[in-house]
Amino acid sequence: MRLAVFGMGAVGRSVVELAGERGHTITAVADSTSAAIDPDGIDTKAVLDKKESEGSVGTANPDDALTASYDVLIEATPTTLGDAEPGFTHTRTALERGRHVVLANKGPVAERYGDLRALERESTGNVLFEATVGGAIPVLSTINNLGPENINAVQGVLNGTTNFILSRMAAEGLGYEHVLAEAQDLGVAKADPTFEVSGNDTALKLVIIANVLAQGERQFSRNDVEVEGIEDIPSSVLGLAREDGNTVRLIGEFTGDSIRIGPRLVPESSALAVPGTRNIVQLETEHAGSLNISGRGTGGSETATAIFTDINRLD
Amino acid sequence: MKDSKEGVQTHTVRLELVDEPGELLRALKPIADNGGNLLSVFHERGNVTPRGYIPIEVDIEATPERFEAIIDSLHDADINIVQAGAERYSKNLTVILSGHLIDTNLSDTINRIQTETNATVTDLTLSAPEGTGDISSARLQLAIAAGQKDAAMESIRSIASDKDLRIFEPLTMEGEP
Repeated sequence: MRLAVFGMGAVGRSVVELAGERGHTITAVADSTSAAIDPDGIDTKAVLDKKESEGSVGTANPDDALTASYDVLIEATPTTLGDAEPGFTHTRTALERGRHVVLANKGPVAERYGDLRALERESTGNVLFEATVGGAIPVLSTINNLGPENINAVQGVLNGTTNFILSRMAAEGLGYEHVLAEAQDLGVAKADPTFEVSGNDTALKLVIIANVLAQGERQFSRNDVEVEGIEDIPSSVLGLAREDGNTVRLIGEFTGDSIRIGPRLVPESSALAVPGTRNIVQLETEHAGSLNISGRGTGGSETATAIFTDINRLD
Repeated sequence: MKDSKEGVQTHTVRLELVDEPGELLRALKPIADNGGNLLSVFHERGNVTPRGYIPIEVDIEATPERFEAIIDSLHDADINIVQAGAERYSKNLTVILSGHLIDTNLSDTINRIQTETNATVTDLTLSAPEGTGDISSARLQLAIAAGQKDAAMESIRSIASDKDLRIFEPLTMEGEP
């Protein structure tokens, strides 16, 4: 496949780096200010080096990358709320041109699911978004394989940063600020971790799961979610929880009609009490009890892996 | 006669009755009606629960089938069953509250939980590492009648939000096998 990659963060860079060995050709790359375009395939190493040393990917205009020659547009720009721009426009342009879109950007799927599906219906291209939920864990494909109608509820840990903070605090008895600073040093938490620790990142992932499960009968967005984060969680809470054999995890849950995100008491022996940055999703099935899938939920190459899975399904 | 005697077992059932005349008789009638042999009744008249119920404990001799019928008809009569044999009809639940617990009157918080919900606070542990004037946390163990968990949690959430306290709830979905 010929790929156009939008967004040059960790995910976009991983896609560019791994595309060749996966048998794909990158024909366009764009970040917010620059682009590199070559219908015969760009020199990916040169582009990655240029991004690293100069902060730009080329001399072309990002808008021209949208109309370049490609089979699949990879939308990996930062997630934005509300109108989900510019990711939504990138997606629309590609679909209107009859191209496929694979999203790592949660915004269009969480905030404008109905619009996105409407555009897809009008297009000969398809929209896939495995990478928006749970990184390398095949959450959405598992749901699709089981059939959304066979799943009654979903709960899980879907943010690595908050899980790292909570498990570190519980294991070492350290304070929130201390562990957050440590997570930032390790690159586990961003310089501005608000989106993660406020529970908003988890909320968007649950919204996407809920939209897939609702199968168009109902549309969910961020406003439908009751969210509580883990900011400044006192270590005395983790201490009290531990005396009872519990720990605290930021759990997102969708029970069929409502979505709630918040810190919950989880038995230390529970499958949900995953360590470090790991994620887990528990699907409550109609006929087969609960099903757990866990793995690495964040990271450039993990998310790129989910993107390549989607691209393979387009073949 | 041999068959009917087979499998007869003694069961202990704990009930909670409303403090009104005739309630004890109303609770014992389903036992007699369904062929249970009443061995003893322990009526804890002086031991009223925080919600104003009177606990009673009855020992019954019955076959498993008859015992099941007794429990069903107690349910039908809206008698509050706390425990029947090995099966407990109340659920223990742990929540942790965190915030200015002392400044927002912890005993009033507990009192509101007991009067505004169908939960009983059975245990409380307070942790105030920075002193009671700062943020402290409390672990509450609650006994909640079966089937009342969602309603109780809803009320506790609103009490916590009134007092600007953070609440750490157990998982909603059981999930685990």
